[in-house]
Amino acid sequence: MTDIIHTSAADLADALAAKQLSSVEVTQAHLDRIAAVDGAVHAFLHVDAEGALATARAIDDRRAAGETLPALAGVPIAVKDVVATQGLPTTAGSKILQGWIPPYDATLVTRLKAAGMPILGKTNMDEFAMGSSTEHSAYGPTHNPWDLERIPGGSGGGSSAAVAAFEAPLAIGTDTGGSIRQPAAVTGTVGTKPTYGGVSRFGLIALASSLDQAGPCTRSVLDAALLHELIGGHDPMDSTSIDAPVPPVVEAARRGDVKGLRVGVITEVSGKGFQAGVRARFTESLDLLAELGAEIVEVSCPSFEKGLAAYYLILPSEASSNLAKFDAMRYGLRVGPEGVVAPSAEQVMAATRDAGFGDEVKRRIILGTYALSSGYYDAYYGQAQKVRTLIARDFAAAFEQVDVLVTPTAPTTAFKLGEKLDDPMAMYLNDVATIPANLAGVPGISIPNGLADEDGLPSGLQILAPATRDERLYQVGGALERALEAQWGAPLWTKAPRLEESR
Amino acid sequence: MSITDEVVDYDEALAAYDPVLGLEVHVELNTATKMFCGCATGFGAEPNTQVCPVCLGLPGALPVVNEKGVEAAIRIGLALNCSIADWCRFARKNYFYPDMPKNFQTSQYDEPIAFDGYLDVELEDGSTYRVEIERAHMEEDTGKSLHVGGSTGRIQGAEYSLVDYNRAGIPLIEIVTKPLTGTGAKAPLVAKAYVAALRDLLKALNVSDVRMEQGSMRCDANVSIMPKGAEKFGTRTETKNVNSLRSVERAVRYEISRQAAVLNAGGSILQETRHWHEDTGVTTSGRPKSDADDYRYFPEPDLVPIAPSRAEVDRLRETLPEPPAQRRKRLQSAWGYSDLEMRDVVNAGAVDLIEQTVEAGASPAGARKWWSGELARRANAEGKTVSDFGVTPAHVAELDGLVKAGRLNDSMARQVMDGVIAGEGTPTQVADTRGLELVQDDSALEAAVDKVIAANEPIAAKVRDGKLNAAGALIGQVMKEMKGQADAAKARELILAKLAPDAS
Ligand SMILES: [Zn+2]
Repeated sequence: MTDIIHTSAADLADALAAKQLSSVEVTQAHLDRIAAVDGAVHAFLHVDAEGALATARAIDDRRAAGETLPALAGVPIAVKDVVATQGLPTTAGSKILQGWIPPYDATLVTRLKAAGMPILGKTNMDEFAMGSSTEHSAYGPTHNPWDLERIPGGSGGGSSAAVAAFEAPLAIGTDTGGSIRQPAAVTGTVGTKPTYGGVSRFGLIALASSLDQAGPCTRSVLDAALLHELIGGHDPMDSTSIDAPVPPVVEAARRGDVKGLRVGVITEVSGKGFQAGVRARFTESLDLLAELGAEIVEVSCPSFEKGLAAYYLILPSEASSNLAKFDAMRYGLRVGPEGVVAPSAEQVMAATRDAGFGDEVKRRIILGTYALSSGYYDAYYGQAQKVRTLIARDFAAAFEQVDVLVTPTAPTTAFKLGEKLDDPMAMYLNDVATIPANLAGVPGISIPNGLADEDGLPSGLQILAPATRDERLYQVGGALERALEAQWGAPLWTKAPRLEESR
Repeated sequence: MSITDEVVDYDEALAAYDPVLGLEVHVELNTATKMFCGCATGFGAEPNTQVCPVCLGLPGALPVVNEKGVEAAIRIGLALNCSIADWCRFARKNYFYPDMPKNFQTSQYDEPIAFDGYLDVELEDGSTYRVEIERAHMEEDTGKSLHVGGSTGRIQGAEYSLVDYNRAGIPLIEIVTKPLTGTGAKAPLVAKAYVAALRDLLKALNVSDVRMEQGSMRCDANVSIMPKGAEKFGTRTETKNVNSLRSVERAVRYEISRQAAVLNAGGSILQETRHWHEDTGVTTSGRPKSDADDYRYFPEPDLVPIAPSRAEVDRLRETLPEPPAQRRKRLQSAWGYSDLEMRDVVNAGAVDLIEQTVEAGASPAGARKWWSGELARRANAEGKTVSDFGVTPAHVAELDGLVKAGRLNDSMARQVMDGVIAGEGTPTQVADTRGLELVQDDSALEAAVDKVIAANEPIAAKVRDGKLNAAGALIGQVMKEMKGQADAAKARELILAKLAPDAS
């Protein structure tokens, strides 16, 4: 095997198991790639070469000693910076957490470590996962490997870009309104938001507790399933975690069969108003699914149109409360108010939050504080919760008619850095297709379905399934991926421009 | 320091106004672990040693409900005759304070676990008042701030503050009454009796240490007054952290007098929180509080709803102890104590001890004499409680038996008790080692009586002349002669027999 970094995680795992490769070789190859291209991509906020190699060596030793190891043992991974990693800086892309080193691991990190996966580092993101472009990171934006002038999506642009730029075979993302799926779509990669409660949230720095969900960012459907299976499952530390076995996602990804399956197109999110190239690829994907034996059905989810509005009340409300803990008292940034000799705790809190939070974070804290205020609660938060219930009902009704729903993942391909930075509403519209899944807690995946004709940039197809039926995402995604790659003659990423490697 | 407020005489205040009370009691549960994490809850540990990512509110940490805390809340609700919610949620109460790690308190808002109950309380005058309970809800305690520097220990003027998060996350139950009306002048007594009855009830439930001085039970008293006969309640003040039964009574009484003075002077009551000062017996103005205090409550998304099944509630109902008031009545009648005697027993905290002592074989009168007599007196003198001496009900029953059997007289029994308290062993062991035993040998006693009569002929003559009171001096001499180890009654009997007019 000569080209480690372009190999899928599944193949790397096989090669490691067969001792054709060592974990140290695999890990070092990715560290070298990071050193070569991350100056331009800026997918990582922190790289832990030493720690990753130490884990790799330990795994190689155990394998040499004849130990039976977990499937992904020795395959390195990148972790979004919103996930607590013991001993590694964790900032959630914010200045307010600069230098904070968690004394504990998120449950999913504990599982990665138990599986023997070297952690390459922490990936860039919009501050506290608020954004669709990573431009709201306090540490500078990530660049899309397909076009360094463009955004990699967000909030998990770092994780998707790392995978797209072959800096990591696998990455962990989190998705509150599309932060795994939309970056996957615009970077030509795969990303899954599991069913709410499918992956433990313990150790995820909360944006909106009732919407947040961690999931895999990969270059193939099977890789996503392998990682999903590993991080999924019940966690007693997370009260909202589902107490049931992980759905059979790996088996479904391998089977990849849609014969007789009913696939629903949502009237309200069928691509109207979306970029022409995105719409064209979506229509082709539907044709391909039909060719593969699926039945395409149109369903209506009338409440989805109110989803964005409800989302931008619920998310800021929960976020305003979740972010209250960043007050300079116990950890993170502490800034004294200017010109005050003996400031009170309250003054220090205010000064720190003023200095430590970016504009988008402040905007949402203010929105949420307002929406929860007495006298406004019913009109805003209360109404939004009702919309949420309606959206869940729309999903339930739709899933009585179809097995899965499909939409274009994002309305456009990657836009230019800076293009929408001063227009929050335009930025928010990126998530119009992905938000309903978070509001209802259902699982969704985005897989690359081609390049838009007008700009040659990747577009994504979103597949949605009923809650706890995550395997259907992989069943349909696996089938479509195989058919698309057969058409293209190779995975989509082979069409990506080569990044210049610097030394 | 604030200016001392004007007050009017309490009786004068009550002649013109009707008070309305509302009591909010916070009770720390005695669960082994905190409400939302596995940290220990012991009182008095080194600061910040009973903490973890969850109760420190570290980024990413999530709460998990302590089932024992929920059980305790339901049992408290049931004991207060409340309805138990079929389904309820936690809510976040948002406000910034350094001792609150998340800057929101996980509490309950419009969906309390228990609601609409009552507690009948007996006042000192023997009358009963029904206190209606609005709700009992679950929440978590905050940390504790220590303000260093400055003279008052308050945040004003302090140089810096230290925060101990050991207490953060300890389960609390907040019990809120409906407005208490119609108490008239008894308002302070009702307040005190309610808090006392609640304390006894919680103790009987074994859900809390209910130690007001350690803060495991804290009372906030809402007080308002309205002109006699009026129906619209006056503006209320909330006096925070009134931490003893006596203070509850005094604080309520003070607020009534203070508010009456304000109204009499044509002023109006400011809706505010007030601080109670134990030492000076006054309340002072805290911060203004309005109904519009906006905590931006919303359902806690990190926790799932609590939905206790009816079977579970019924199972918990089975675990309720006999209500303390009912139990006291039953025991009083079984033991044959007068009301006064029973009150002394209750005040000495000796009900359980006497029950166990009687079970161990002592007579109710004997048990009472020791626990609410001798030991209560010693406890009072030493600032302890009767249970602090290491004396067990079995000890007292055994001692009572030794007196009954005639082996010890009262003064010897007290000496034996000294030995038991000093850790010298059981009453029998102490009596043996200290050589305490009534002399049963009549000939020795008779010889001593003869010797004393012979040596005190003038007194003996008086007794012979019918002045029986004079025998006391002789008995004293005999007891001295016998080194205290004689039965005084027997000595008296013998002296009188020997000095009887017809004796020769
Ligand atoms: Zn804890």
